[in-house]
Amino acid sequence: MPNLELPKSFDEFVDARKAGFIHVKDYVENGGHLVGIFCSYTPLELFDAAGVCAIGLCGTSNEPIADAEKVLPKNLCPLIKASYGFAYTDKCPYTYFCDFIVGETTCDGKKKMFELLNDIKETYVMQLPQGQKRAYAKDIWYEEVKLLKEKLEEKYGVEITDEKLREAAGKRNALRRTQLELYALQGMNPPALKSTEVMSTLAQGLFHFGVDAQHATYRARVDAAKAAYEAGERPVSEKAKRILLTGCPSTGVIQKVGVTIENNGGVIVCLDDCGGERTTKMMVDEDADDILRAISDRYLEIHCSVMTTNEGRIENTKEMCKKYNVDGVVELVLQACHTFNVEATRMQEMCDEEGIPYMKLETDYSTTDSGQIETRLAAFLEML
Amino acid sequence: MYQVGIDIGSSAAKVAVIKDDEVAKTMLLDTGFSSRKVADKIYESLASEGITKDNAKYVATGYGRVSVPYADNVVTEITCHGKGADYLFKENGTVIDIGGQDTKGISLKRGRVMKFIMNDKCSAGTGKFLEVMTGRLGLTLEELSDLAREGNEISISSMCTVFAESEVISLIGKGTPRADIAFGVIESVINKVVALIAQVPADKYFLTGGLCEDDYVRERLELALNAPVKSTPLARYAGAIGAAILAAEE
Repeated sequence: MPNLELPKSFDEFVDARKAGFIHVKDYVENGGHLVGIFCSYTPLELFDAAGVCAIGLCGTSNEPIADAEKVLPKNLCPLIKASYGFAYTDKCPYTYFCDFIVGETTCDGKKKMFELLNDIKETYVMQLPQGQKRAYAKDIWYEEVKLLKEKLEEKYGVEITDEKLREAAGKRNALRRTQLELYALQGMNPPALKSTEVMSTLAQGLFHFGVDAQHATYRARVDAAKAAYEAGERPVSEKAKRILLTGCPSTGVIQKVGVTIENNGGVIVCLDDCGGERTTKMMVDEDADDILRAISDRYLEIHCSVMTTNEGRIENTKEMCKKYNVDGVVELVLQACHTFNVEATRMQEMCDEEGIPYMKLETDYSTTDSGQIETRLAAFLEML
Repeated sequence: MYQVGIDIGSSAAKVAVIKDDEVAKTMLLDTGFSSRKVADKIYESLASEGITKDNAKYVATGYGRVSVPYADNVVTEITCHGKGADYLFKENGTVIDIGGQDTKGISLKRGRVMKFIMNDKCSAGTGKFLEVMTGRLGLTLEELSDLAREGNEISISSMCTVFAESEVISLIGKGTPRADIAFGVIESVINKVVALIAQVPADKYFLTGGLCEDDYVRERLELALNAPVKSTPLARYAGAIGAAILAAEE
């Protein structure tokens, strides 16, 4: 059993953070292994099959950004700065106690940040192709997934067998189906859950030790919401304007954007960021001859703005607008996220063609523009 | 029944009272440091003329809209400026509202807001920019426009209000005529506003907000946009008028 040291600044932490550190420390001291991850492209089945726990490290708070800016440029996306900042300040128990971190060559900001992050904590970077359409794109990703498999096998002295991968794929698929059930609750009129409940459930989901625990949480949330809806509970008004939130990851702006939409007569019925249906709906073919190939193929299907070209994302959003009966599209662009910011033009073109009102919201994790954001969102909702 | 619209902006509070579909009264006050205090003052002032909760509906708008405790409803300034401009101009087009802390472009079609755009959290191209520069030059807004007409073309290149102010200070230091600086100051606002408005283009524009009676600003906008820019003295109250109209829709 390893004997772990807490960060030097531990005594200054507030109680909730101390509890978080003790919780994670206990897990690791009892033989648990954590690997930090950042992105929906990360092939999670490999960690499950290696018997280690992948945990999301995307920074969603403004707190460590000032410290991160001692090293990183100011003009960088808040998610990148916060992620690095939590490692730099030892304030996140998951970053602090994880064995190593797996990143991907997604956007430029992230891949260069990973080089610096590696100085604080070992960071292994998978190389994504720049697009999915080349004949050999899938082979590139397959080779990368293979390398990660070897890395995990070597690091933990285990063999990642096909059998284990199939079992992991089965569990992950089941989790995905439950997640899709959760999203479907918002398709009803009125939706069964407030937008912020869905957003928080997904955010918390990433901090479970293992796929079973995460699945249990989602299952309970879905069952409770269904039962309440059947019992006649309507947490959202039928008149609430139905919003699809697309663009950058939204967990860091649940308060600034999610709550504000809710307080001004709207409800997010479709989360179209990388925690939503867009990245969840593809299943791994558990019976494929080459299970590793089936896994790598599944992940490369994700349509993120880092890919060029990326019509798939726009097409998917168009479908989602119909499926969820959307009144308006809000696109979240985290400051300095060039890929989503540029691609927003395509999203707007699609919305214009479909006659769906569209608004782009560029913001960060700070509260300095809360008033402006509220006015914009409220005016947009009044317009619908 | 009176319909009262209260538009509490960052520098001025505007009030419009509508009775029988006509604007019966307008009021203009300094917002000062407390939106709440100015809201109370407005209520008392209207009450002294017999307009009270008993015979009036109130809608509040503007950044201080949440500080009007007696408001029956709260609506954003975008929707209100759209409604008010439609009442004043009765045409399709884009509303340009140059406010104290933000500038807005609102695309109107048959009285409905189709699209809008606001400046980012930056005071370039807003009333605040002009306030800082008139303060530095020791001029009123009116004097600034009058002088600018006489000025030679110079440009103030800094977009940031703080940097632009130091640029103005160095121009003063170099002995640049005040008229030339005045020209540069207004042109800077025009350029920034036009760049913003380009996202909501139209063949006709309506200027609302505090600069509506400034003919020089209006003419420079027309030139830069290459399209007619209409205004009226009541356009200063467009947000309040829109709010008053919405008071009937309770």
